[in-house]
Amino acid sequence: MSCKNPFNHDITPADAPLLNVQVDGQWVQLPRGLNVVEAAKRVGKFIPHYCYHPKLSISGNCRMCLIEMGTPKMGPDRKPIIGADGKPEIGWIPRPQIGCATMISEGMGIRTDSPMVQDCRKGVMEFLLINHPLDCPICDQAGECKLQEFSVEYGNEDSRFVEQKVHKPKQVDIGERIVLDDERCIMCSRCIRFSREMVNDDVLGFTQRGSHTTLAVHPGKRLDNNYSLNTVDICPVGALTSKDFRFKMRVWFLKETKSICTGCATGCNILIGSRENVVHRLTPRENELVNSEWMCDQGRLGFHYIHAEERLLQPTARVNSTTLPVAWDDAFAQIRDRIKSYKPEQIAIIGSARMTNEELFLLAELRAGLGGNAVLTDVVPRTGEADGILRSADLNPNTAGAKLFQISNDGKNLAAIKDGIESGRIKVLYALHEDPVGDAGLSEFALAKLDLLITQKLLKSHSTDIAHFSLPGASFAEKRGSMINGAGRLQRLNKAIATPGQTMDDFEILLKLRSTITGGNSLHTIEEVFKAVAASIPALSGLSLSKVGDLGVEVAPAAATVTT
Amino acid sequence: MSATCHDTQDHVELKPEFVAHADELISHYPVSKRSASLPLLHFWQETHGYISNQAVEWIAGKLGLNPIQILELVTFYPMFRQHPAGKFQIKVCRTLSCQLGGAYELREHFMKKLGITKVDEHGLGISADGKFSVEFVECLASCGTAPVIMVNDDFYEGVSHTQADELLQKYN
Ligand code: SF4
Ligand code: SF4
Ligand code: FES
Ligand code: FES
Repeated sequence: MSCKNPFNHDITPADAPLLNVQVDGQWVQLPRGLNVVEAAKRVGKFIPHYCYHPKLSISGNCRMCLIEMGTPKMGPDRKPIIGADGKPEIGWIPRPQIGCATMISEGMGIRTDSPMVQDCRKGVMEFLLINHPLDCPICDQAGECKLQEFSVEYGNEDSRFVEQKVHKPKQVDIGERIVLDDERCIMCSRCIRFSREMVNDDVLGFTQRGSHTTLAVHPGKRLDNNYSLNTVDICPVGALTSKDFRFKMRVWFLKETKSICTGCATGCNILIGSRENVVHRLTPRENELVNSEWMCDQGRLGFHYIHAEERLLQPTARVNSTTLPVAWDDAFAQIRDRIKSYKPEQIAIIGSARMTNEELFLLAELRAGLGGNAVLTDVVPRTGEADGILRSADLNPNTAGAKLFQISNDGKNLAAIKDGIESGRIKVLYALHEDPVGDAGLSEFALAKLDLLITQKLLKSHSTDIAHFSLPGASFAEKRGSMINGAGRLQRLNKAIATPGQTMDDFEILLKLRSTITGGNSLHTIEEVFKAVAASIPALSGLSLSKVGDLGVEVAPAAATVTT
Repeated sequence: MSATCHDTQDHVELKPEFVAHADELISHYPVSKRSASLPLLHFWQETHGYISNQAVEWIAGKLGLNPIQILELVTFYPMFRQHPAGKFQIKVCRTLSCQLGGAYELREHFMKKLGITKVDEHGLGISADGKFSVEFVECLASCGTAPVIMVNDDFYEGVSHTQADELLQKYN
């Protein structure tokens, strides 16, 4: 497991002994160590719950998961009494138990939907709604709120409550990225336990008592840690909302696309929530082998550049000092005509470890067509600090891929490229998804010496202004492809939104540039490119994009050694 | 009903005896220091009159807890005060016998005599000079001699309004 969860109630060791358990009349075998909620889930029965979370300690405070249970009746010999069906007879406990804090045991009986259980759920729902404001129409959680869902599913048609509701603080600013509405809080304590157990940043707690109980952040402290927005995800109601996302979009309009975060080499699995070609939020997607159910705030909020005003939307070509829009095919042909006259030693490529394997593969082929190893090539390394939770020290998402396709030289060639340009030896620079000045550390002065500068980026900068050709590429949300994370896991990106304006998916740009410059045009689709990738790398042999699946596959970890 | 501590409070220098006694209290709970939370809170309030932000943070630090875990307790129990009470604290029993015996009228009398018009979230009112505070408490276990009050740790039974006036003189 690469994410250290404090608890994993939903996972049992492979060698856990099987127990015979009766669930709603059916005898099944389930591994020891599961609680009743998880056991029921394994046989397709859903026990509604609020406070229980499979990755946090069990607090058993919401009572929504009440079930009926029993244990085998014992004979005078202290042996279970066997009934006519050859199974133990069950002595049912005459009052409900909470499923989340009850471990299954041999011969146990569970009723997940008996009249008593249904009654209990109705009662719990009624209590929970006593002080809850009826503000679903303006609540950000509406549409993905467990209180709404369980009301429909298990609650009552109307309310018997005629007294005054207790009022509590609204719109409490508890952190840089989070707003709390205390009236909506159902006191499940998930957010408290997450902060305490997962992030060790124990700033939340309940103050006051009884129906005045109030979730509060300690005076003078803030819920500001880099994982704070996960509390918004696990809050079953609209008490905790994300400042970044609130009031931007009703969740039922969001199309959710499975992809991965490109914020660092961890490659957390995510859902991209978009509507009509606008990305509105990223949320973590469960993958026990990568990020479990979490992601960091930096990764989660680091997508807004996609829709930035400086986004380049049109390929351009510069003649003398005028920059004009150019048709893609003309750009490719002009690049071919101009690049032809340079020797490989006069050409340099700055690629990026943020590019997909498919793009890196095509870039490597293009490089081969331009003269192979003589073309100085590198990527820009980015290092930060690993936080021991999810974030990797490597802030590039595909360092492993960049190495695999020999585009990366760990940044060691950057100085040589810089020297070459400054001394006039290198005349042509092709920079992809790295800014030659801002990221790769070249000087504007050096760039001005180039005969041919080709940039392939998302955002406008001085480099794209002075580039002879500026080719606007696609963001992670606008493309398909694959990357290899720091642990050697091959994972897929999926396209959530269309490329804006005249921008083009990078693999297509590279494909067209490659066929224009070096001829050969056997590849067309991303699947074909991946197949070619897989055929060229032993560690990936036999794989196809569809075989990689939503959760990725582990490829040779050795191929993915990460520099830190 | 706010959870915040007062930040306009004076910082107190802790005497070595105070710290020593706190350590002694903590040593009673070798398995989990956290169990010393309540004893320490009581001790602090007895010594310094109320639970300040400094108290919350000092106790949390002593016990290796986060301040919010202490604040949870402080706000849970109304007996913990987050701001000073009077120098002399008049506690009027309001449980059934005393209520029938005129506890409400007695409290009203104290309030009027002391010119107290405002009370805090727990019903505690303080005289303008800070000398007296008046509050209701629950049964003081002398139900046969209602109404019963305590002034700090002194106990008074069957308190008439005249006696009340005398007490205000006595504790001046
Ligand atoms: S804010 Fe949400 S997660 Fe936290 S205790 Fe309240 S309902 Fe639960
Ligand atoms: S840990 Fe890395 S991959 Fe995961 S969300 Fe954060 S930046 Fe993205
Ligand atoms: S889920 Fe079991 S008590 Fe809340
Ligand atoms: S009711 Fe006042 S002392 Fe018992």
